[in-house]
Amino acid sequence: MKPFNLTHLKELESESIFIFREVAAQFQNPVILFSGGKDSIVMFHLARKAFYPARVPIPLLHIDTGHNFEETIDFRDNLVHKNGVKLYIGSVQKTIDEGKVLEETGFNASRNVLQTTTLLDAIETHKFDCAVGGGRRDEEKARAKERFFSHRDEFGQWDPKNQRPELWNLFNGRKKMGEHFRVFPLSNWTELDVWQYIFMENIEIPSLYYTHRRECFLRDGVLLATAPFMQLKPTEKMEVLDVRCRTIGDITNTGLTQSKADNLKDIIDEIAAERTTERGMRFDDKRSETAMEDRKKEGYF
Amino acid sequence: MNQEKLASDGYLNMELLRFTTAGSVDDGKSTLIGRLLYDSKSIFQDQIDAIEKASKNKGKDVADLALLTDGLKAEREQGITIDVAYRYFATPKRKFIIADTPGHIQYTRNMVTGASTANVALILIDARNGVIEQTLRHSYIASLLQIPHLVVCINKMDLVEFSEERFEQVKKHYLQFAPKFNVKDIHFIPISALNGDNVVDRSVNMDWYKGTTLLDLLENIYISGDVNHEDPRFPIQFVIRPQTDKFHDYRGYAGRIDGGIFNVGDKVKVMPSGYETEIVSIDTLGESLQSAFAPQSVTITIKDDIDISRGNILVKSDNVPLQSQDITAMMCWFNPRPLIHGGKYLLKHNTNEVKCVVKEVSYKMDINSLDENREDKNVKMNDIAKIMVRTSQPLFFDSYERNRRTGSFILVDEVTNETMGAGMIV
Repeated sequence: MKPFNLTHLKELESESIFIFREVAAQFQNPVILFSGGKDSIVMFHLARKAFYPARVPIPLLHIDTGHNFEETIDFRDNLVHKNGVKLYIGSVQKTIDEGKVLEETGFNASRNVLQTTTLLDAIETHKFDCAVGGGRRDEEKARAKERFFSHRDEFGQWDPKNQRPELWNLFNGRKKMGEHFRVFPLSNWTELDVWQYIFMENIEIPSLYYTHRRECFLRDGVLLATAPFMQLKPTEKMEVLDVRCRTIGDITNTGLTQSKADNLKDIIDEIAAERTTERGMRFDDKRSETAMEDRKKEGYF
Repeated sequence: MNQEKLASDGYLNMELLRFTTAGSVDDGKSTLIGRLLYDSKSIFQDQIDAIEKASKNKGKDVADLALLTDGLKAEREQGITIDVAYRYFATPKRKFIIADTPGHIQYTRNMVTGASTANVALILIDARNGVIEQTLRHSYIASLLQIPHLVVCINKMDLVEFSEERFEQVKKHYLQFAPKFNVKDIHFIPISALNGDNVVDRSVNMDWYKGTTLLDLLENIYISGDVNHEDPRFPIQFVIRPQTDKFHDYRGYAGRIDGGIFNVGDKVKVMPSGYETEIVSIDTLGESLQSAFAPQSVTITIKDDIDISRGNILVKSDNVPLQSQDITAMMCWFNPRPLIHGGKYLLKHNTNEVKCVVKEVSYKMDINSLDENREDKNVKMNDIAKIMVRTSQPLFFDSYERNRRTGSFILVDEVTNETMGAGMIV
């Protein structure tokens, strides 16, 4: 690399750090949405870089569907402890118990959509004025239209046809009482960038991303993990396979990849050769062509 | 994706290139982007499946690559692009970010948005129609936003029998207008996006063309000179005070370098106070640096205990920016509510915010004829005008031509909080 020239990963890093500092400067009470997946882990790593040598001045918020991989929760608690940040938890179970949403039933029942209510509730309860998320524009076509600073009205809704223009490095985070922003520091990163960055920076990630033996079953072409709350159809058969997660959501919609990759280099090789998008592995996006846009308009991540 | 090379350590040495695409409705812009993504193997199987399905639903036999670039429901329903969409692909040499912007006249604001961060602009021309009004409009916006490199793609060469004569004709016609634009670097490529000629692979139909393919050009065009490395500018974003035992008295200034190079030991000046001091350290998590340059994000500590806060700018003592309360700028208007003469707005420049009042509209640009209109001075949505504002506090800036980051600002409505327009300081 020539002098005075950044590599693409360093340039992306610098851009994300800039965004984090704008968040800290422009908002009174921001929060980082943390799922325990690789994107939120990379996001937190960038937040540490943005505020070093101070602690990350922004707390974390986990929207907990109750349908988690145990490894994710352990990882989350460990990270919170090590970095001395505050963690808020929004519980989907609690939202259900309070009767605010009705739980889906049937084989493909998922708490994915319900998360929106819990998220908006948490934002309102704690008066967060900005929720920083790990969404990337390469993930999905509706996300490709997303701004770094994305305005939400007082109902938490996104109006994709009427977004604020975003030019140069000028981000307008001004809002009225009751409104909030979603900010996406990883907007310009791709899945491969995230993995390469994890490799370059030697960032710790949950063991689920590496190969492990697990009970799984095949549904509509997606390999899912078994769990007590997952019902198998009569035609579906439980198998024990060597698998890893390419993306981690809640158990009901996280597709597994058969793989023996036990280190980052092998994982990166597999991702680079992959012929489907990572959201293609997610059950929640298979519901309709505009599933993501519809959920996002309502206030989803 | 070129698996082996991307996966190897070589990927850690790639550069980032941002480009924007402009063309009118039927120039084949979406097809060209689809072609770049498809031929560079950046489209995944499930995306191909999805557009094949959607194409069939619309009664088309072949997969319509243009569908790849439509994001929103309303866009797919209406078959138009409403908003800027960002696309990503990579080759072993570079990672690319495409700002795909709609070409219609009413979407000038989107084109301006996409152009603001681009290194390269692709201008599409239909070989059959040649240079039209829209071509000039797109080129003008690219030059106004100071995109350093322009690539004119003369598309649909298959429909003019791959004629060299036609290519030269269009090129010559375009070059007649070029002096009206302030662009340093222009390239011309004859392509057929539909069939892939000269996009990623060399055309077998145009032996006469000796230049590079489009992807080749995008991979190799020299962009290191696009960033200002002459004038050191460091706008303060945030003050870092850990107040921990280990860093008890630490006070660092966090920001992203907007121009030039800063070294430990440099004599620097803080604007607006004008205090002089010296750089003690340039910190990042993991390592302290001896020097840093644009566009790095760093934290700088200084020798003296002086009052510095967000909105201030650190510069070299022997290279200070311009300073004024009267700002003349080329303004692009974004909002349905027109610019108000004598109106007050909030002006965001770098990390600084000041109030301003619109003093004068010198002229409105007729972006089709490229003439200055001094009669009609009503600046409406999608208009471009030369204006003068007076700010409540002095701004410290460079001309936009010299530095895109320290020479740009936006105007915000203080009541609705909307971003009303974007300005480039003359």
